[in-house]
Amino acid sequence: MSSEPTGPGPLDRFTGGILRENPIFRQILGICPSLAVTNTMEGAVTMAGAVLFVLVCSNVMISLIRHLLKPHLRILVFTLVIAAFVTVADRILAAFLYDMSKQLGPYIPLIIVNCIIIARCEICAAKQGVWTAVTDAVGQSLGFALSIAAIASIREILGFGTWFGQWFGWRVIPVAPPAVWSPWVVMILPPGAFVTLGLLMGAINHLVARSRKAAA
Amino acid sequence: MKNNDLLDAWLVLVLAAVFGAALAGVYIALTPRILQNQRGDAEKQIPALVPGAARAEKTDVGGETVYRATDAAGALVGWAVPARGQGYADVIQVLIGVDAAADRITGLYVLDQKETPGLGDFIKDGEKYLNQFAGKPAGVPLTVVKKDASAANEIRAVTGATVSSRSVVEIVNAALERFRRHRAAAGA
Repeated sequence: MSSEPTGPGPLDRFTGGILRENPIFRQILGICPSLAVTNTMEGAVTMAGAVLFVLVCSNVMISLIRHLLKPHLRILVFTLVIAAFVTVADRILAAFLYDMSKQLGPYIPLIIVNCIIIARCEICAAKQGVWTAVTDAVGQSLGFALSIAAIASIREILGFGTWFGQWFGWRVIPVAPPAVWSPWVVMILPPGAFVTLGLLMGAINHLVARSRKAAA
Repeated sequence: MKNNDLLDAWLVLVLAAVFGAALAGVYIALTPRILQNQRGDAEKQIPALVPGAARAEKTDVGGETVYRATDAAGALVGWAVPARGQGYADVIQVLIGVDAAADRITGLYVLDQKETPGLGDFIKDGEKYLNQFAGKPAGVPLTVVKKDASAANEIRAVTGATVSSRSVVEIVNAALERFRRHRAAAGA
């Protein structure tokens, strides 16, 4: 046990998840939900909350049992742990946020195959202590939440003219917009998700490349 | 060391048992609430499913729970029949509206489904699929066709979601057959 591998510290893990190793824009993981549930802010926030719950619980669990893991069985254990917590999250949503549970349908159960979670179990929780695993999970979840919220903001505002339209009824574009404006229906549909994600990713890569050049 | 594999896997086995028990606990604790949510959702849909319905009360017809829809004056205008059955991915739950004599379908609503996103989940789409059911006869089994429906009891399948389309029709057929039989027997 004394030869436990060390990794980045808790704070490093936390900030890394938000910026340097942002799951969507830097690691390009968890793309399925970030395309599928981002036509409304409500969907994005609910998905981010469910991922936060599952990721924190799984990281804590895996970190606690990390000394018991056998190398060839570890992926099986990860999957088992993640599947259990995803099922709990799915039932909690069906009980307390029924409308969102209906709207997200199979995408909540599909968190089981979200690569962000299994990647964090493998990279961090299976090797580092509980506190580091928690900060890592929260950092990665916040990075995920901010990313899908950015995509969802663009899609909901351009597509529906609202922001949190179902929960709070906030209108960004007036009900009777000037004649030159019409809602971008494509933003509500899947192509809008791909286009938004691609443009945002391109913009972020451009900024990263520029700041790297400035530093060099 | 023949039993090495089993020994290696003890953690997996223990975790599976522990999580299984914990999930059973979660189900027991939350299921009443989830069922209540689904019932609330069902009752909200009835005015759209049964034309003229102002109120709906739960009754028991032949051992199954159905909703008896009445107009503002209290006269029977139709029924809403909850039904469930296996879809392509998971259980599909629907609510079927029929007229007072249970001769004609007046509407259909999908309460819960987990069909393939982008393909099978079109079964909950009114324009593409669900609206076809209103006006169909309830006394003869519906059939699924892949082209435009020509006969009165035909339902056009959603392209790429034939299994899901067929599952919904089978659920509707089975539920209506049961409901009509029970209703005739009970004289409701």
